[in-house]
Amino acid sequence: MNPNPYQNQTLTRSYEGTFATNKVLKNTYLLLSATLLFSGLTAALAMVLAVPVAAYTISLIVAMLLGMFVLPRTQDSAAGIGVVFLITGLMGFGLGPVIQLYLNMPNGAQTVALALGGTGVIFLGLSGYALASRRDFSFMGGFIFAGMMVMLVAVLANIFLQIPALQLAIAAGFILLMSGFILFQTSQMVHGGETNYISATYGLYLSIFNIFISLLQILGIFGSDE
Amino acid sequence: MELALQIASAVLVVMMLVFLYPTAKQWMTNGPKAKPGDWRSALIPLLLVTGFVALLVMLARS
Repeated sequence: MNPNPYQNQTLTRSYEGTFATNKVLKNTYLLLSATLLFSGLTAALAMVLAVPVAAYTISLIVAMLLGMFVLPRTQDSAAGIGVVFLITGLMGFGLGPVIQLYLNMPNGAQTVALALGGTGVIFLGLSGYALASRRDFSFMGGFIFAGMMVMLVAVLANIFLQIPALQLAIAAGFILLMSGFILFQTSQMVHGGETNYISATYGLYLSIFNIFISLLQILGIFGSDE
Repeated sequence: MELALQIASAVLVVMMLVFLYPTAKQWMTNGPKAKPGDWRSALIPLLLVTGFVALLVMLARS
């Protein structure tokens, strides 16, 4: 006779939990790959069309509004996938003229390549660490969200002040904060704190986007001779 | 045009702050607290990221 009648039930629940976690992870990385590819295509389209740099701000504003007001209402349905593609496509489209601006600078191609490769290494390294270590980084939640509030206040100030040193500090701060967010979000998916792959994809895409744009700024400033 | 975009960006950032505040407050007051060794496990990869960015800067300058 089984000494613990609840053992099978516990095992079944544990199996179901692991299965659900793996499904969220698989769907998130599949959707993230597709959205990154799609935003790469829209960035290329913007470069071919020689879209002005102002498109970056406009695209970002529309994408953020969609992310705040439309995505939360659609993320539990198939429509959420379309919305996340719309957001990431817009952000990629806005990135096109910025990349073109850097490409036109001396050593611009090297700067863009380093930023792109660096973003990939940081994302894969941190995700791999969070997945392999299986550590729970949910204790970072308060620090990360408070840090985001501080960074947004700094961004708000620098929209009008336009101080290059503050811009550099914001870029460096965003790289660290978004790196922490990748650890936090990946661990949330592993430990069942995040069960929606659409919102998980959106969060990870934003962190990749922010790391890339911050690296571009830092490498652009330090890489130029001026 | 540029001033209009600056104002629109500022309005968006303020909206993001308002949008983010409840989540931040929730995580700061009710979020799980770190156990001994937790911060070290997070700070090591973040320090590696800092070192990696410094390496990229050196590559960009060379």
